[in-house]
Amino acid sequence: MAEQQTQLLANQPQPVVPPGSGFRGDDVPAETDMYRCVHCGLCLSSCPTYTTLKVEPESPRGRIALMKAVNEGRAAINPTVVSHWEKCLQCRACEAVCPSGVPYGRIMENTRAQVLSHGMQSEGLRRMSRMFLRAALPHPGRLRLGAHLVKMYQKSGFQRLVRASRFLNVLPGGMAALESQLPDFTGPFFGPSKTVYPARREKKLTVGLLSGCVMPLMQGSTMDATVRVLNRNGCDVVVPVGQGCCGALNVHSGDLETARQMARRNIDVFRATGVEAIVTASAGCGSTMKEYDDLLKGDAEYADSAGYFARMTVDITEWLASLPIDPPVSSLSRRVTYQDPCHLAHAQRITAQPRELLQAIPGVELVEMEQSTMCCGSAGIYSMIQPELSGQILDRKLDNIVATGVEQVVTANPGCMSQIERGLRQRGLSHPVTHVVDLLDEAYRSEDGG
Amino acid sequence: MARLLVYYHAKFLSYFRRAWEWCFLVSSLAPGAAARFLDELKAIVGEEYVYYHPEDLLVYEYDGSIDRGLPGAVVLPISTDEVRRVMALCYREGVPVVGRGSGTGLSGGAIAPPGGVQISFSRMDRILEVDTENRTATVEPGVINLDLDNHVHKFGYRYAPDPSSQKACSLGGNIAENSGGPHCLAYGCTTNHVLGMEVVLEDGSVVNLGGTARETPGYDLRGVFTGSEGTFGIATCITVRLLPLPEAVKTFMGVFPDVDSACTAVSAVIGHGIVPAALEMIDALSIRAVQNVMDLGYPEDAGAVLLIELEGLQEEVEEIGIEVEAALWESGPTLVRTAEEASDRERLWAGRKGALGALGSLAPNYYLVDGVAPRTKLTEVLREVAAISERYSIPIANVFHAGDGNLHPCLLFDERQPGALETIIEAGAEVMKVCIDAGGALTGEHGVGLEKKELMPLVYTDEDMDAMRRVRDSFAPHNRLNPGKIFPDGTHYHPPARRPEPGLSI
Ligand SMILES: Cc1cc2nc3c(=O)[nH]c(=O)nc-3n(C[C@H](O)[C@H](O)[C@H](O)COP(=O)(O)OP(=O)(O)OC[C@H]3O[C@@H](n4cnc5c(N)ncnc54)[C@H](O)[C@@H]3O)c2cc1C
Ligand code: SF4
Ligand code: SF4
Repeated sequence: MAEQQTQLLANQPQPVVPPGSGFRGDDVPAETDMYRCVHCGLCLSSCPTYTTLKVEPESPRGRIALMKAVNEGRAAINPTVVSHWEKCLQCRACEAVCPSGVPYGRIMENTRAQVLSHGMQSEGLRRMSRMFLRAALPHPGRLRLGAHLVKMYQKSGFQRLVRASRFLNVLPGGMAALESQLPDFTGPFFGPSKTVYPARREKKLTVGLLSGCVMPLMQGSTMDATVRVLNRNGCDVVVPVGQGCCGALNVHSGDLETARQMARRNIDVFRATGVEAIVTASAGCGSTMKEYDDLLKGDAEYADSAGYFARMTVDITEWLASLPIDPPVSSLSRRVTYQDPCHLAHAQRITAQPRELLQAIPGVELVEMEQSTMCCGSAGIYSMIQPELSGQILDRKLDNIVATGVEQVVTANPGCMSQIERGLRQRGLSHPVTHVVDLLDEAYRSEDGG
Repeated sequence: MARLLVYYHAKFLSYFRRAWEWCFLVSSLAPGAAARFLDELKAIVGEEYVYYHPEDLLVYEYDGSIDRGLPGAVVLPISTDEVRRVMALCYREGVPVVGRGSGTGLSGGAIAPPGGVQISFSRMDRILEVDTENRTATVEPGVINLDLDNHVHKFGYRYAPDPSSQKACSLGGNIAENSGGPHCLAYGCTTNHVLGMEVVLEDGSVVNLGGTARETPGYDLRGVFTGSEGTFGIATCITVRLLPLPEAVKTFMGVFPDVDSACTAVSAVIGHGIVPAALEMIDALSIRAVQNVMDLGYPEDAGAVLLIELEGLQEEVEEIGIEVEAALWESGPTLVRTAEEASDRERLWAGRKGALGALGSLAPNYYLVDGVAPRTKLTEVLREVAAISERYSIPIANVFHAGDGNLHPCLLFDERQPGALETIIEAGAEVMKVCIDAGGALTGEHGVGLEKKELMPLVYTDEDMDAMRRVRDSFAPHNRLNPGKIFPDGTHYHPPARRPEPGLSI
């Protein structure tokens, strides 16, 4: 048979890429990590962006292939490549299921560092990095001041006025959309009034608490609950002054240098306290802190203490389950579902402990949702930089939550709490969204008679 | 000052790069005929679903194998109608076409021919109907094997063929490769479970093969189509048979000091007249790989492990279970244990199904030889494989469907080392020859594709292959679908991996 074929597409121009690796400097994705990927595809079905967009460039395997291509000098770090990398939530679901053990989180962080050092970040991320990640996060004072201002705006009724007037809609630059994403600062702030909160029962241990950056401002009540639950279970809680943000958002956006400075500060501050463990109620922070050793491995002075810090770090659910806790006696009678935060389930592989704690509360019925370990789309600053995709991912999460028919959503990370709460409210639903420790605290408090 | 200089230098570089890319972008659109063709594709599937930027094509150049090839363009249709129109357009323009499911194939089947259009089915992933009365399900080709299985579980059914890649591979790809899996020992491969399908032929015409019944009058065309590796047509809608979920399941793990004794145990089990639902072997190297990544309960000092699964009625499983244990104990194991708890079984299977991927923890690449050997000759064949491993100094991991003699020796290597790929292909061919000499076959379940086409003459005469070509010609007379696969043409091309020049990555 005649096999007439034309070469219509065969002679498409190919990009001219400078020879050699497109990665340079110290913070490069390691070859031993990247080439562990055998492109088997077993991670595809766990990836929130692939299962939403259904195209290979938005899959873990595709993103790794692009890293390899840049490394091999077959592609440049250009806007197309960067857009695929930036759509990654860094949820690390792919890492948790990869049979080959590709340390995806680490190579993506280094890839982002390359994007940053090549000056190729997208406009949105660049702006956010400048305004928030570098100018605000490392400075707790500035954060608190900003939060106070927003709180005034939100509480004074001015926000309602602005929203009702639709005034922002006429301003350019998507101001209305940005405004609608403003975090809720109306609750009480967690402002350590003292540095040691003594155990309420017989004292067993002393732990340090990371207060972090925005959590004490947005979820101050959860921080209070964390302290109370620890105290109730025989732990002195030290909240050392001088500590700051853990640097997670900086690490994720590739700003490793700023993150290193933040890590060193926390290491110094906590080293001085002599605590037996460093507890955090934020899964995102915990995962970064547990990886301080990786972050500072090139720093001769800090490498050892970073390793020690990393080993000392525990998530609050992990810590409480290991104690173990005094089970609360009074019953809450509530049906709840648990959303696994990515940085707890995938990065720290902690899924059993939060469930154990919930089930230790009499009357609490845990109803599992479908795909509880799938990201909710919050992913740090992702929801602000990729609002559309984040919204699609959130939608699926909300559908799964609603399908369980529960009254309350429980999770273990501040970012997930705000994202899910915002999503539910936009759908006109009023389910409370809380942290595991909030529920435990509630149970203990009702047992103490309020 | 120095920092400023560095800053402006970086800025300048990035502007320069952007300007450069902009020039490239414009020029890539310029060539008239190609641009018009791309526009027509966009008009069919939508602008967003035609990829032709080189960076986007890079992620469609691979599948699960070691082959690579850049497509000319990738389209992602959403319906049979779009597929039909894309095919008709490509036919008119003489552009070759290749289908792509999830790109997990292990023979390079989905690798595009130069300048070809790749049609990816990842967006056609709807389960259209589950008919519990007739025990069938009708799906689009991009539906993931495990998604279908999980979905029908809700109704008390299962889709039996379970390739180890079932979490990722598509039904379309399964049909094209006639994929098997651990449980195909008892239930048969994909071809035993496909009832009918809607197929788009190379010129864009649509035909229906088979139906919803197990037997249809006339030639069994759906049987001929299954396993045709994407060269006959594109399946756009597939009806498969469902089986009821078994009442009881029990998994046994036999731990052996070496591969020989594990092989003896395989014969012993089958010799007892037992047909387990699955009978898999995992050797020491594969166990190491699995346990490297995650502790899934495999003994790290074992020479080989057998996984045996029984399914059926509770009593039957209990009864046969006793026999299986007896058969295993006859062959000198160090341990036999049963897993009845679903979670325990899942852990063991997760290890088995993740074993191939886990090899990545030992070496960056593996070349999997999908040879088949008669079960009675397993021991000798595996010994020879071990000898090849030694001769070439190539580690070879064996993790395979022992029950039906479908070997999967995986040759481990690093493609970035000069000459490694060539040596591997040579050693792989030797392994294949060992299988064939023992009376086996070229491929168990992964297809011939690009990877094994030059080996076809080992098993088939020219007349045999001509006959096969004539069958293909009756479906695709112009050979526009997935050309360059299956039949030897001396063009097998492994793109050399480009290692970054050490001196340049400052
Ligand atoms: C870790 C791992 C384990 C594996 N285990 C097994 C196993 O146990 N058993 C087994 O049999 N295989 C196994 N495989 C191989 C592979 O998963 C199967 O061949 C699978 O069926 C390929 O499906 P896919 O969707 O990825 O197809 P692809 O790789 O995308 O394509 C395979 C072929 O199918 C064609 N094709 C795709 N869709 C269509 C369509 N709609 N119509 C017509 N042709 C189409 C393509 O053109 C190509 O020729 C394994 C692979 C991996 C990576
Ligand atoms: S599962 Fe791991 S090895 Fe497989 S494609 Fe994904 S990242 Fe690569
Ligand atoms: S980190 Fe999450 S979003 Fe990114 S590739 Fe992996 S699974 Fe997908």
